[in-house]
Amino acid sequence: MKRVIAGVATALAATLAVSACGGSEDPLAEDQPTGGSGDTITVGSANFPESQLLAEIYAQALEAKGVTVERQHDLGSREKYMDGLKDGSIDLIPEYTGVLLQFFDKSAPQVEAEEVYAALPAALPENLTVLDKAAAEDKDAIVVTRETADKWDLKSIEDLVPHCGEVVFGGPPEIQERADGIPGIKETYNCTFKSFSSLEPGAITTKALLDGTVQAADIFTTDAAIEANDLVVLEDPKNNFAAQNVVPLINKDKASDTVKETLNAVSAKLDTETLLDLNARLNAPDKPEYADVAKEWLGEVGL
Amino acid sequence: MNSTLNWLFDPAHWSGPTGIPARILEHLGYTALTVLIAAAIAVPLGAIIGHTGRGTFLVAGLSNGLRALPELGLLTLLVLLTYVGLLPVVVALVILALPPILAGTYAGIRNVDASVVDAARGMGMRGSTVLWKVELPNALPLILGGIRSATLQVIATATIAAYVALGGLGRFVIDGNNAGAGSPNGYPQMAAGAIVIAVLALVVEGVLEIVQRVAVSPGLRNVATRKRTARIWRKPTPDLVGRST
Amino acid sequence: MNVDWPWPWLPRNVDKIVEATGEHLYLALLPVLAGLVISVPLGWAASRWPAVRLVLVPLAGVLYTIPSLALITLVPLLLGTKIIDPLNVQVPLAIYTIALLVRSVTDALLAVPGEVTAAATAIGFRPAKRFLAVELPLAVPVIVAGLRVAAVSAMSLTAVGALIGIGGLGGLITEGFRRNNAVEMVVAIALILVIALIIDALLLLAGKVITPWTRVRQGAAK
Repeated sequence: MKRVIAGVATALAATLAVSACGGSEDPLAEDQPTGGSGDTITVGSANFPESQLLAEIYAQALEAKGVTVERQHDLGSREKYMDGLKDGSIDLIPEYTGVLLQFFDKSAPQVEAEEVYAALPAALPENLTVLDKAAAEDKDAIVVTRETADKWDLKSIEDLVPHCGEVVFGGPPEIQERADGIPGIKETYNCTFKSFSSLEPGAITTKALLDGTVQAADIFTTDAAIEANDLVVLEDPKNNFAAQNVVPLINKDKASDTVKETLNAVSAKLDTETLLDLNARLNAPDKPEYADVAKEWLGEVGL
Repeated sequence: MNSTLNWLFDPAHWSGPTGIPARILEHLGYTALTVLIAAAIAVPLGAIIGHTGRGTFLVAGLSNGLRALPELGLLTLLVLLTYVGLLPVVVALVILALPPILAGTYAGIRNVDASVVDAARGMGMRGSTVLWKVELPNALPLILGGIRSATLQVIATATIAAYVALGGLGRFVIDGNNAGAGSPNGYPQMAAGAIVIAVLALVVEGVLEIVQRVAVSPGLRNVATRKRTARIWRKPTPDLVGRST
Repeated sequence: MNVDWPWPWLPRNVDKIVEATGEHLYLALLPVLAGLVISVPLGWAASRWPAVRLVLVPLAGVLYTIPSLALITLVPLLLGTKIIDPLNVQVPLAIYTIALLVRSVTDALLAVPGEVTAAATAIGFRPAKRFLAVELPLAVPVIVAGLRVAAVSAMSLTAVGALIGIGGLGGLITEGFRRNNAVEMVVAIALILVIALIIDALLLLAGKVITPWTRVRQGAAK
């Protein structure tokens, strides 16, 4: 029976392979456009909303300066799109300094924003570089409701320490093992939570926090839910979570002066407040398109 | 394969509140709660429909419509619309468990030999007494069959509860998936969890089959097997019982 | 937290919805077809040799009992596929279809009256032709009934694949769940439900069309 199934499996796989060629599902597999591509920049983005919005902002800002742009949205995880950057099938993608550094140097000790940024160029592959980092940060943080913050008078994770034993902590399953996740919080702050609840990132995490199913949760600092639900981000004075500034990662060959100036001008305008606001617009009840939000913001800041 | 077996037999994974035994208990807990609630609703309802012959469309309509309803969607939507917790999950599971029990009870009552019912009435029994003393005991094999097939559906579907922050054996699959393919707690954890889920389903199926045999008196067993129509209901797996998870 | 119902999302994302629906149908229906093709010879063998029956029918019961999330998860271990691979969903669906149909086909073939096969043999039908021209057509109503259950189940089972990253309409359900977009979820649920009921109706109709004699017999009985 198993052999029969394996046979069917092979047949199905063959069908799949054929149909995959017809679709445009794997943009990384496509050949680069030939000839005169010196002025064309292919902008990629990862599989989450903020990345797609930032990529759209980069793309539209460049187009405004006369650069020809191609878009390759939703390329999946870092492991997947990084191959595309190395082989030149995409040229530019919005990244975050801390995770980018750790991706290429797993044991990198730097946590502070400037240190992380300074360590990046040496860690990156030959053909890639980063431009100016933005002030905007999006990193993991411990978040509580306004009510909890008032009750326990919380401003930073240190204030939470006496209450850790009463707290059910919620977050994505992987933070149970990540160095800056539960083990990091325990080591850095000597905080051991009562228990842990596995939550999908996104709406359900916010919901669990508001329901009281969990008392504190791991949420990205730029999550629109923070502003929308008046949540409180606890400060991290001991830098358990490494700095994560938004930064354009680009192919050196494509980083002409115009491109550099344009993207650095964008980064100069991007602070954490702005990123929060942009995510809030993206998450507005009518779920607007990335391109519209990007266009609106670029108009507002005169780019 | 080896890393999966190592994960499965690592003593560290067999103790504590997140160990395999604790998750099995959680899983069985969700299942028992759901099936009890569903039976409390569907057995009386099915008995009344079968006894009076009114509302037959409900039985057929529910089985057909609910089989096509994606349980993942129902579960996540209910949680989003209410709150993160046990109640919305149990409601979604009960909705799934109703049709097989309803259909089993209805068919059981309908399949009772007309001459038996006539004899009971001839002896002066009233409608409710006929239902209690004659129809329901005679329908027991098919009612239990319905409960058995509902239980298996719920065990399968309770694995999804982990996606909406509950426990149970689905936890291992979901957590392993999020940990990333390369991690030692990635695929090995997923596969080990899947093996436990499969074994649990098979064991429960075996136990229920035995319960079904023991609970039914030998006289009734003969009646049920003589009727070919009844056979389909008495052994609901895998004949024509659909599954949505 | 308010649940968002962004109805304008729907007209803006028609392309995305159509693409997800196509993927869903491909993930769900191809295995049902493959399962049908495989289970006819298996059912034939089981109806002919009691030894085969003794192995196949309980095996089908066991396989059908295994929850889908478990089976989906175990495919990479058993067949060496990648962690994210459409086959991880399609192989379990094919297995469920086979488990359902093998038993139906076996029962249906065993129920063909001996005098019918004897008559067919008497007028010169060789075994292979007799199977294709007499026994199999007589089993069609039972096979169609099983196929309907398998196809409808497959439509809703496919959504489970979204939990391990194999999309279809289930991907819209999980995405809507993450982004607090109830419209996206409801659209995906409704499409799965409606398409499943349409497929069910089409199979019922097809079954009647290819077995005209069942209607004649009903007519004659009146």
